[in-house]
Amino acid sequence: MTIVEKILARASGKKHVAPGNYVTADIDMAMMPENFRLIRGLLAKAGIKEDSFKVWDPEKFVAITDHRVPPTTLVTANAHKMVRDLARSLGVKYFYDVFPGVCHQVMVEKGHVLPGHLIVGADSHTTTYGALNAAATGTGASEMAYVMKTGKLWFRVPETIKFLITGKLPEYVSSKDVILHIAGKYSVEVAQYKAIEWTGPAVDDMSIDARLTMGNMSVELGAKFGIFRADKKTYEYLKARTDKPFEPVDPDPDAVYAETYTIDASSLEPQIAFPHNVGNVKGVSAAKDIAIDQAVIASCCHGRIEDLEIAARIVKGKKVYPGVRFYVAPASQEEYKKALDRGIISTLVDAGVIVGNPSCGFCTGIQGVLADDEACVAATPRNFKGRMGSNDARIYLASAATVAASALAGKIVDPREVA
Amino acid sequence: MALVRGRVRKFGDNIDTDTITPGPVLTLSMEEMAKHAFEPVAPEFYKTVRKGDIIVGGGNFGCGSSREQATAVVKELGIDFIVAESMARIYLRNCVALGVYPVLSRGVSALLEEGDEIEIDTDKGEVRNPKTGKSASFEPLSGALKEIVEAGGIWPVLKKMC
Repeated sequence: MTIVEKILARASGKKHVAPGNYVTADIDMAMMPENFRLIRGLLAKAGIKEDSFKVWDPEKFVAITDHRVPPTTLVTANAHKMVRDLARSLGVKYFYDVFPGVCHQVMVEKGHVLPGHLIVGADSHTTTYGALNAAATGTGASEMAYVMKTGKLWFRVPETIKFLITGKLPEYVSSKDVILHIAGKYSVEVAQYKAIEWTGPAVDDMSIDARLTMGNMSVELGAKFGIFRADKKTYEYLKARTDKPFEPVDPDPDAVYAETYTIDASSLEPQIAFPHNVGNVKGVSAAKDIAIDQAVIASCCHGRIEDLEIAARIVKGKKVYPGVRFYVAPASQEEYKKALDRGIISTLVDAGVIVGNPSCGFCTGIQGVLADDEACVAATPRNFKGRMGSNDARIYLASAATVAASALAGKIVDPREVA
Repeated sequence: MALVRGRVRKFGDNIDTDTITPGPVLTLSMEEMAKHAFEPVAPEFYKTVRKGDIIVGGGNFGCGSSREQATAVVKELGIDFIVAESMARIYLRNCVALGVYPVLSRGVSALLEEGDEIEIDTDKGEVRNPKTGKSASFEPLSGALKEIVEAGGIWPVLKKMC
């Protein structure tokens, strides 16, 4: 069996599962970001009393307020207030209010994600946790309510496809460029309903930060799961964050893959996803000279220390292009503090970067909203029409390095030309 | 619900959840949110939609965020079936959870135009265009998924447990 087949078999109490089987699995961990607020209304609409609806296992459920942080409207402020009450009412032990950061980063850094676990989150980018060898995927709020009550959920066992990333990534080419390249070459449906196993020497070389970006964007390829094997880096990452036992899962030698795709990392140039689809990808050389109004490094996909570090390295001693708004939001307070301690924030501010607080806002049109006809180059996971504001704005997705370099140039450029 | 008829509301490929329910409207009431359904690509949709209409989408319908409001608004507008070439997996799950029947059939989009009448036979697994007589097959829901959709979604199921 593949990694995901083994995890689903274990979680559903079966010796063996195969693609196409339907299983009801025990959930090891469940997470709701800010849409946790919906539960109260959904319960009321269904005629279910909150006192008959406690979380099935307080050790296995996390709620995080992260999207509209800090609130900019009274509606949101009142929603946050209500959520605090709801967390108490439903007996949520792990409730992270507005303080720690973007949900997926908080989940990994607080030790809620363990190798071999089956995790669901009420957010599509829950696939992020695959970076730590967890089979993790998104659901809607109503299915999450079902999990909260029962601790179980149905799954169709997906086929697994393998991406073998060979070679070595050139300098200033990152895991983001790899996944954008795949979305462009093989389409945003290459992994529809499927699990991805990310393997190969270039993946082994990647930091956990880089893998989190790829796990995150696995959903942009349609994937149900995007999973990595656990290795020394995984154990190092977890050592500081949890003392709970876990069992990492490797694929069996005779595991069956529906398809194997091989990508040579050495041959990649920085990639750009043009508006308005993640799969509308070209090499940066085909995007040169597109003028930008805004540049963003933020979200659950980016904003980790590695991204902040490379941005600082690129802008150090230079100035953001006049008139361009360059927003950088660390993914969490922990990453923010690291960046402060290493002088990164100071370097960014000296260059004219506007540093925001950790939240989902810059990626989702809540903060740093784009005006009509504006263009933005963004290290975020999505470039859908209207996502950051105006339906007439254009979002170009890129790596943190490309975004930082482009912010200096006032137009999209290859970071290797600036650095 | 073996045989259903409705009017086709047609969409293209990669209709994402930001298109179905733009981020800024997510804090509105469901009734208000529904007025913005599909606004970026079909600003008049809300004014022209009728209860019992059936959406016919292209590939990767409902890709993007897990926001179930993107399914809930469709239900709110009286649409109980979404036909598509393919559907993003979370959107498909949300359809089942909220009692919207997903009909997935490669090639179906070419058989139907905006405003056509459409027939769906959920027993036979067949989608038809009565005007042209052309049809396409699909795999009807079965097992737990069928039960949940027929119950009207996951909430009636949950209510029985509480």
